[in-house]
Parts: sequence; structure tokens; C-alpha cells
Amino acid sequence: MSRAIRFAPLVLLVVLIAGLVWRLATPVDTNVSSKLEGQRLPAFALPATLPTKPGLSSRDLATGQPRLVNVFASWCVPCITEVRVLQQLKARGVAIDGIAIRDRPQDVADFLNQHGDPYQRIGSDERSQVQIALGSSGVPESFVVDGQGVIRYQHIGPIEGSDVALILTRLEQAK
Amino acid sequence: MIAETGLAALWLAAGLAALQFVLMVSALRSGLAAGRAMRAIAIVQGTLTLISFAMLLWVFARTDLSVALVFENSHSAKPLVYKIAGAWGNHEGSMLLWVTVLAAAGAIFALLSRRMGERTMLAALGAQAALALGFYAFLLIASNPFARLSPPAFEGRGLNPLLQDPGLAFHPPTLYLGYVGLSVAFSLAFGALLTGEVDARLARAMRPWVLGAWILLTLGITAGSYWAYYELGWGGWWFWDPVENASLMPWLAATALLHSINVLAARGALKAWTMMLAVIAFSMSMVGTFLVRSGVLTSVHAFAIDPERGTFLLGLLGIYVGAAFILFAVRGASLKEGAPFELVSRETGLVINNLLLSVILGIVFLGTLYPLFVEAVSGEKLSVGAPYFNAVAGPLALLLAVLVGVGPLLSWRRERRPVFKQLAVPALLGVAALLVTFIVAPAIGILPRLGLTVGAYLAAASILPLVGRNPLRTPLATWGMVVAHFGIAVALAGMAANAAFTSERLAVAKPGETLSVGPWLVQFEGVTPMAGKNWTAIEGKLTATRGSGPVTLKPQTRYFLDPPTETNEAAIDTFWNGQLYTVIGKPDEAGGWQVRLWWKPFVTLIWLGGVLIGLGGALALVGRLWRVRRRRREPDWRERYA
Repeated sequence: MSRAIRFAPLVLLVVLIAGLVWRLATPVDTNVSSKLEGQRLPAFALPATLPTKPGLSSRDLATGQPRLVNVFASWCVPCITEVRVLQQLKARGVAIDGIAIRDRPQDVADFLNQHGDPYQRIGSDERSQVQIALGSSGVPESFVVDGQGVIRYQHIGPIEGSDVALILTRLEQAK
Repeated sequence: MIAETGLAALWLAAGLAALQFVLMVSALRSGLAAGRAMRAIAIVQGTLTLISFAMLLWVFARTDLSVALVFENSHSAKPLVYKIAGAWGNHEGSMLLWVTVLAAAGAIFALLSRRMGERTMLAALGAQAALALGFYAFLLIASNPFARLSPPAFEGRGLNPLLQDPGLAFHPPTLYLGYVGLSVAFSLAFGALLTGEVDARLARAMRPWVLGAWILLTLGITAGSYWAYYELGWGGWWFWDPVENASLMPWLAATALLHSINVLAARGALKAWTMMLAVIAFSMSMVGTFLVRSGVLTSVHAFAIDPERGTFLLGLLGIYVGAAFILFAVRGASLKEGAPFELVSRETGLVINNLLLSVILGIVFLGTLYPLFVEAVSGEKLSVGAPYFNAVAGPLALLLAVLVGVGPLLSWRRERRPVFKQLAVPALLGVAALLVTFIVAPAIGILPRLGLTVGAYLAAASILPLVGRNPLRTPLATWGMVVAHFGIAVALAGMAANAAFTSERLAVAKPGETLSVGPWLVQFEGVTPMAGKNWTAIEGKLTATRGSGPVTLKPQTRYFLDPPTETNEAAIDTFWNGQLYTVIGKPDEAGGWQVRLWWKPFVTLIWLGGVLIGLGGALALVGRLWRVRRRRREPDWRERYA
């Protein structure tokens, strides 16, 4: 048996152990980051959920100013706490649009009446098609979109009080 | 005092293991006299770990809440059998079980092994002690199972309700016995590489250990697969989950070893390869333990993640496997290969068997660790799932199954008889099965179709070694081989039938509604609340009919109180030709319930095949041990006059 073959297992073992040591030394990051960050929004046009507010299309999001797009639903419990934080952002001059996922107009209206309404436009995504196109895996999620309609940041999970500064920074960077 | 007794026994055992290792080194250097005490030390060491493990069982049986491990993993309201099973249903307890089996195997080896060279025997005992020493250190330094809790708690934190199941109470110990049984093969290979005595005698000493471990691994994997099938409520029997792969890899290596060891025992050939496989088989057990216990891979088996323990285990893995590989690299050249053989011979058949099994092992190993390395190199996250494993390993496994029908017909050294003629009937059966699948089920996938074909062929081909022999005078080992190979055909047919013919129905049903699945009409009668000792449940009632009288199935969704967890208890009814599998889910606002139904034709063959494979191994083991006993009583004339 040649020398190379006899030492091959040893070399493979060293490579394996080096890989595993690296893995143990690196903390596990379970967040799956969006592949869409830095990319243009997919083209979409959603009908209005409420008679009092316009619907939302990808063209409405390329207005020259950064905007925040919030994927939410009236049936989503974390969205209730999030919508109060969105009110604070609105008060600081942030333009917010909503995409209501698998929702009914009456339920959305009740939700906004009860918890407050930070949205300029709300599109109705009844079959989650736009949500999936955006690469969003659940509600709530939010996207910072710049003036040209390019996604600059994806926030997974509710925006909490402690995230306000982060969101404002991202919006500032998107200008 | 019970916990302290257990801890003291563990420390003593560790001390003895260290002594045993030192004695081995001095025996090999300065004469065998130094090693005379080693057998006795190994036996005492094994007894001490058994005492230690018994103490752990005792504190769990009493629910002694002043022991931290009991507090975290038990509860006074749990049934006694699960209190005891809770002792090994956690990290520390399972590692104590691991080292107990390791030391007990060493003790049994010291007690029974007489038929081999004294030097190799002592070297193997020393290697076994070195293995145990590392795991004692791991327990005593990083995972003390007997740590006290002060002040004692009033109530325990329970056990994961998924684990409160007879299947899971006994599946891990079975697997552990298998994993750790391979440690003796590792130690023997290490010892033989050290002394250079790699010969047929060594192979015969190693064979019962490999066979025993392999039987337990086979049964453990089969039981684990059935547990996942009925307890998780997904209707699948194998998920290519990293932890499942961790048990499959040692099995694949042990299967290859089991076959190559016969070549070494009978013909003195494949020396280096067999030693390598013996090292790899136990290394795969350690890799599996490391993957499961360190949390480097994400898996449905959510074990606690602990980098410190992971580093410790990785260190042990590196030392043991590294030492064996270095020894192999240094000594491998001096191994003289045994008797030569021709191209068409049983040796060639077993070499091909080994190559295919090793390639499949490599595929599973790569698939399991690939996500890790991709992330290390490019930072990208991905997971490798069933499509990869099925597509890459599936065809190779089928090819192997075809050759399983051929190999046992060949004779050692060279084959001059027209053996392939015997395969005409099995081949015809295979072709017939293939034609039938085209007529009955034209739309099924290629792998299931070939699976049914090969299953039919192998079912007949595996019996050929018995044809024309007096069944009473055929050695038990041959019977064992036939039963195990037939088991492969049975399991293969079950897997293929399940993949090809399963029908599934997922619906929201209102009470009174009737759903159809496969040949069945299933009426959803309604739900009733239920309560058990530590759970409440919603139980659905389903009445299924198919021509004859109706059967009633009662699937449950159980809510455990402590910790609050929800599980699905599938209701499964088994018939000769398949299983009706039902799960009940959540209600909707309109009064309907999620109901999930599967009709799985011949799915039970999968586990029946697994049990047959294990049974075949058991027959072979009994046959081999019995022959050894007979030979000892009445010395073989060949040995006397040779």
C-alpha cells in the first residue's frame, strides 16, 4: 500500500476536525437574511383593502423618498404591539405603507380602529402572492425601500420600541 | 448518599482505567508479566460503572429532587417506567450510559476472550481503557450526572412528552449498545496494529463483537424509524435528519466490516482494509455522538447546544481516531496480504459489497456535513434533504441489493461452476414484477418501480444458498445470512410500495362528513375531550369502511401540562396489506377539524424487513458462538495434526 493512501485518512480527519473547530468557535446565526436586499422590488399591484385608502403597487414605492413597507395582518397578535411602534415612526415623519396578508376588509378596519392607523396605503394580498415574491416568510415583516424602489433592509418579526433607532438609521441610509 | 456512591464509583473506575492503560504500556515494553492484572482490573472497572449507572437509575426512580439532573428531567407525576427511562433521556445520563456500556464491554471482553494472542489481547484491553478514560474525564469534568441541587426543588421540570413513549424509552439504549459494542472492534484493531498480529485469529475474536453490535444497531435504527413514524405524526419513516444519519453511518461501516471480516477470518486477506473499517465503524459512532451532543448541526432532535462539551468531545474524537489513523499509516505497510483470489470469487463479491457500502457511507457523510462546510467557506446557509440522498444513494443501494443475490452463491478463491444459471428464476420474477408495475401503476417513479423489481428478484435469490441442501445440516450462520438477505428484499419492497402507492388526504371535516383515501371511506364522527395522568386531549373518532365491517380509529391531540407541550397521537390500524394512518389537528371557526389520512400499502414490510435482518444476524451470532464452544470441548483434529 502506498504511503499516500496510508496517510489519506489522517489528512481527511485533520480537515474534518478543523472544520468542526471552526463551527464550534463561530456562534450560530439562525437568522436567514434576505436575498432581495439591494434588489429592485418585484412588480406588483394590489387592490385597496379599505374603501377609504388607496391600494399599493410597486410604482407607488418609487417616489424619490425612502418608505417603510409593513407586511401585517389583523389576525396576527405581534402586529398589535408593532402597530403602536409604527405610530411613533409615523409621528417622526416616516411614510408607511401596509400589505394586509390573507385578511378581510372588516377585520382590517376593526384592527386599525382599535389599535391605531399608521398607514398611507394598504394593499390587500389575499393569497400571499406578493408576500412570497418579497421573500417574506411570515407576519409581521417590514422593508425599507429607497426612492428608486430598491429594497435596502428587511426586518423580520415585529418592530419593537428598541428597534426605532435602527429603522430610522436604515431609512436615513436609504436616502 | 445514593448520588455520592454513584459519583465515587465513577471516580474509582476512572482511576482503574488509568492504571489499566499504564499496565498495557509497560506490558508491551517490558514483558507480559506486568499485564497479568489487567483482566481483573477491566472486570472491576466494568462492575464499578454498572454500580454507578444503577445509582443513577435509583435516584430517578425515587425522583430525588436534590439531584440537579432529576430536577431538570423528571417529574413526580410521571409513570415509573418513564421516570427510569428519563435517566438516559438527557445529556449527562446518556453519556453515563455510554461509558457504562464501554466499560462493561471491556469487562466482558476481558472475561471471555481466550482464543487470541496474549500481546494483542493486552494491547486491546489497554486501548479500551484509554477510550473509557476519555469519557470518564468528560463526565467528571464537563457533565457530572450526580451534581446536587441546593436547596432541593419541590417538583421536577418534567420530560419532553414526545419521549414518554415505550419506543423511545428503549431505542436509545439499544443504539448505544450497538455504538459502543463497536468500541471492542476498534480496540482490537488498535491492539493488532500495535503488535502486528493481524490474522484470522484476530478476525474470529472480533467477529462476535461486530455481529452483536450490528444486530443492536439494526434493531435500534428499525425501532427509531417506527417511533418517528407513529409518534411525530408526519407519516414518514425516514427523514435523512442529521441525527438519523448519525446512527446510519456506523451501521453502514459495521455492515461493511461484518462482510470483510469474514474474508480475513476465512482467507487471511483484506487485512489493512478490515482494520481500517474497524477503526472507521467506531469513529462513526463517536462522530455521531459528537454531532448529536454538540449542536453543530440543526436537527429535529433538539438536544441542548453546548460548545464547551462539544469541544471536549471533539478533542476526544481527534485523539482516538487520530491515534488509530497514525498507527494505521505507520504500520499499514508491514501488513502482508493473505491468500490471492481470482476475479470471479466470493472474495471479489465481498470487495464489491465493501466498496458500494463505503461509497454510500461517504455519500451520507458528505450530505450530513456538507451544509457545515458550505457555510464555513462561503457563509451561505443551506440544507441537504431527501432528494439528494435518495437520488445519489438510492441507485447504489439498489445495485448493491442486486449483487446481494449473487455474492453468497460464489465460492472462495475461484468460481468454476456455472452459478449464474441459478439466478434465472429470480431474474424472471424480477422481470415479471417490473411488467406488473407497468400494467398496474404506470405513473410511479423510477426508484420505487426498480425497488419493487429488485425486491421480487432478491426475495427469490436470497434463498438460493439453501436450495439443494439439507436444512437441518446447514450451518446456522448460513441460515442467518439467508434470513438477513431476505429481510433486505422485504424492507426494500416495503419502502418501494410505500413510496409508490401511498394515498394521502388532508381535509377540514365537520362531524358526520365522509372522506375517501385509497380504498377506504372514512367518516368523521366528532371529537371528545379526554384526560390522562399528566395530560388532557381532544380525541377524534373516525369510522373507516372498505367492503367489509367498519373499523374505528381514535387519533388524539394531547396537551401535556408540565412542560406545556402539544403532541399528535396518530391512530394507526394495521391490516395484512397496509396501514391506515390518521391524525387529528386543530379546529376552525366554522366547526370543522383538520383531519389527515394516509393509506400506506405494505408499509409494515419496512420494519418487518429490519427485524428480519437483525434476526438473521442473531442466528449467525448464535451459530458462530455455538461452533466455538463445540470446538473448544473437542479440539479440532486439523489443529492437532497441523
